[in-house]
Amino acid sequence: MSNTQNNLEKLQNQKYKYGFTSDIETESFPKGLSEDVIRKISSIKNEPKFMTDFRLKAYKQFLDMEAPTWANVDFPKIDMQEIIYYSAPKTKISKDSLDEVDPEILKTYSKLGIPIEEQMRLEGIAVDAIFDSVSVANTHKKALAEIGIIFCSISEAIQEHPELVKKYIGTVIPSSDNYFATLNSAVFSDGTFVYIPPNTKCPLELSTNFRINTEGSGQFERTLIICDENSYVSYLEGCTAPAFDTNQLHAANVELIVMKNAEIKYSTVQNWYAGDENGKGGIYNFVTKRAICQGDNSKVSWTQVETGSAITWKYPSCILKGDNSIGEFYSVALTNNLQQADTGTKMIHLGKNTKSTIVSKGISAGRSDNTYRGLVKIGPNAANARNYTQCDSMLIGSKCSANTTPYIEVSNNTANIEHEASTSKISEDQLFYLNQRGISTEDAISTIISGFCKDVFKELPGEFAAEANQLMALKLENSVG
Amino acid sequence: MSIIEIKNLEAVIDTEESNTQILKGLNLTINAGEVHAIMGPNGSGKSTLSKVLAGHPDYRITKGEVIFQGKNLLDLDPDERANSGLFLAFQYPVEIPGVNNLNFLRMAYNSKMKFNNQEEMDPLDFDDFIEEKLNILKMKPEFLERNLNEGFSGGEKKKNEILQLLTLNPSLAILDETDSGLDIDALRVVSEGINAYRNKNNAVLLITHYQRLLDYVEPDYVHVLSGGKIIKTGDKTLALELEKEGYAIV
Ligand SMILES: Nc1ncnc2c1ncn2[C@@H]1O[C@H](COP(=O)(O)OP(=O)(O)OP(=O)(O)O)[C@@H](O)[C@H]1O
Ligand SMILES: [Mg+2]
Repeated sequence: MSNTQNNLEKLQNQKYKYGFTSDIETESFPKGLSEDVIRKISSIKNEPKFMTDFRLKAYKQFLDMEAPTWANVDFPKIDMQEIIYYSAPKTKISKDSLDEVDPEILKTYSKLGIPIEEQMRLEGIAVDAIFDSVSVANTHKKALAEIGIIFCSISEAIQEHPELVKKYIGTVIPSSDNYFATLNSAVFSDGTFVYIPPNTKCPLELSTNFRINTEGSGQFERTLIICDENSYVSYLEGCTAPAFDTNQLHAANVELIVMKNAEIKYSTVQNWYAGDENGKGGIYNFVTKRAICQGDNSKVSWTQVETGSAITWKYPSCILKGDNSIGEFYSVALTNNLQQADTGTKMIHLGKNTKSTIVSKGISAGRSDNTYRGLVKIGPNAANARNYTQCDSMLIGSKCSANTTPYIEVSNNTANIEHEASTSKISEDQLFYLNQRGISTEDAISTIISGFCKDVFKELPGEFAAEANQLMALKLENSVG
Repeated sequence: MSIIEIKNLEAVIDTEESNTQILKGLNLTINAGEVHAIMGPNGSGKSTLSKVLAGHPDYRITKGEVIFQGKNLLDLDPDERANSGLFLAFQYPVEIPGVNNLNFLRMAYNSKMKFNNQEEMDPLDFDDFIEEKLNILKMKPEFLERNLNEGFSGGEKKKNEILQLLTLNPSLAILDETDSGLDIDALRVVSEGINAYRNKNNAVLLITHYQRLLDYVEPDYVHVLSGGKIIKTGDKTLALELEKEGYAIV
C-alpha cells in the first residue's frame, strides 16, 4: 500500500470536538412512551386543547405504524420504550434576558462556538438555542417583534399565537405522514417558530442551535416557518451532541410555508455526534423536512451540510403548488468510519412553470455508506415544469460506498428533466500535485473537498460557508501532524 | 555550491499493478547557477526521475542517496521537499475542480512562508505580487479566477506551471517537458519566464525532447538518460547533435 493510502486512512480517524457533556441539572421524564407521557408533556407545557388532541391523534396513528425499511441504512430496531421523551434544564428559563440562563448552558454554547451573549449584541444573526427538549435562549426577539416578525420557541408560539400554530401545524407534514414524523407529532418537545408578515424582508439571519445533552434522551423538535406574501427570510440550523456510547434518536419535523412572491432560504449545518471509529454510539437522525410553495412565484431553497450522525435519514422536500414557484436543494453529505447516510429530496411539481434544481454532493470515507435518494414528480397540471439534477459522489479510500437512486415520475409531457451524475475519487496525483506545491496532505484533502462542494457552499449564508469549509476539514482531520 | 547531488540512485515502481525497476544507478550533481538539460527516448525514466525527486508515493528507492542543499532529500515528505525549495513543473499538470487558482497560489506561497518561519502574505499584497508574475508571462488576470487547471488547454496548463514557479521561487526547478504543447509565442514567453526566475543561487533541470527550448534557455550541460541511467553528458552542442542524428549516436 502506498503512503498516500496510509495517509488517507489516518486522516479518516478524526475526533469529535463537541463530544463533551455539560454538568447541568435537568428534569427528565422516566423512559418510555404512553398516552400518559404525551398528556404529561402537553400539560407541563400548559398547552391548549387543540395541541393535546393533535398529539394524541398522532400517537394513535403511531401505534399502527412500523419503522420504514426501504432506506439503505442498517441499524437494530429502536426500542421506543427505552427513550426519555422529555428532558429540560432545571433552572428557570428566560427568553428575553440571558441573566437568568444557567451559566453552564451559556458556557456550553460558547464551547460550541456559539457565544450567545455575543450574539445578543451582534448585528445580523438572531439565535434561538434549544437544549435537550427546550429553548433556553432567544436573542434579538424584541427588535424583530417591532417589525412584526415572530421568532420564538414553538412552545411559546403555542401559548402566545395559538391561532397561527393551529392554522399551520401539520398542514405540510400531516401527523400520519411517516413513522418518525408521526412520533414527532405526538411527542415533540420544543423547536422554533417563525412568522414573517407580508412585505417584510427579515433583516437578520435567523438561527437555531440544537444541542442534545442528556444521555438516553431523544430530541424531537418541531420547526414551523411561515413566510407571508412578498416576504423573505433566511434561516440557519446547527446541531451538536455529546459523545455517548449509546445511540440517541433525533426525529425532527420541519414545516415551511411560503406564500405568494415570498422566499425562504433554509440552511442546515448538521454535526451531531457520529459515533466512534468502530461505529459505537452516535445520533440516529431521522428527520422530516418539507416545504410548500403555496403561492405563485414563491421560492424555497434548502441547503444542507450533513457531516455528523451515525445514521442520517432525511429528504428535505418541496411541494411546488403555486405557478412559477421554485424549489432548490443543495446538499453536501459527508460520511466517515461507519456512518450511514441516506439523504436527498423530493420535488413535487403541481403548478405551471414550476422549476426545481437539485445539487447533491456525497463524500464517503472510511467504511461508510452514502446514498442519494431523490424523487422528481411532475403532476398532470404542471405544464412546462423543469428540473435539473446533479449528483456527484466522491470516494475517499476503497472501503466506502456511494449510491445514487433517482426516481422520476412524469404525468405531463411538457416537462423537461435533466439528470447528471458522477463518481470520482481523490486521486493520488491530485494530492501529490498539491503536496508538491508545499501543501500538506491534510490541507490538500480539505482543499480538494471544498472544491468539490463549492456549488453547495456558495449557497450558504456568508460566514457559514467558511464555517462549513472548516467543518469538512475537521471531519477529515489527521490526528497526527 | 551544489544544489543537489544524486548518487547511484535506484528506484522501482511500487504499485499494485507494477513492480519494475526504472532508475538503475543514476548520478547527477547540479550546482547553483547552472542549467542542466536531460534528454532521452520515450519511456527512459525522465519523468520517473523527476517524480522520485519530488517524492511521488508510487516509487520506492532501493538504493542510493540524494543530498539537497545539505539535507537528505529522501527523508522528507513531498510537501517538505517542496517547501525546502524543490519545484517540479509537471509533464501532465492535474486538474483540481472547484479550487480557485488564486487561492491555491496564495495557499502554496504561504505554506512555504510558514514552513520557513516567515510572515505569510495577506490577500491584498498577494494580488499585487501575483499581478507582476502574470505580466511576465503575459497571462490574463482571468486565469486567477478560474479553477486550478480545470478546462485549461494544454499550453495554458504549462504556463500555469511556470506561474507557480515564479510564485514559489524555489532553489531547484525541475521542468518536465514544459515546452511540449506550447505554441511559438508561448514558448518564447515561457522561456522568458524561466530566465526571469534564474539567478546565481538557483538551478534548473530541464527535461525536453527538443532543441528549441534550449535556444532560449541555454544549458550548461546536456545529459542523455537511457535505460534508467545517464549514459552521456556534454555541453549544449550535444543537443544539436542529437536533434540531427537521433539517439543512435549515443
Ligand atoms: N506508475 C507507473 N506504473 C507503471 N509503469 C510506469 C509508471 N510510471 C512509469 N512507468 C513506466 O516507467 C517507464 C519510464 O517512464 P517515464 O514516464 O519516466 O518515461 P519518460 O522518460 O518520462 O518518457 P516520455 O519521454 O515519454 O515522457 C515507462 O516504461 C513507463 O511506462
Ligand atoms: Mg516523461
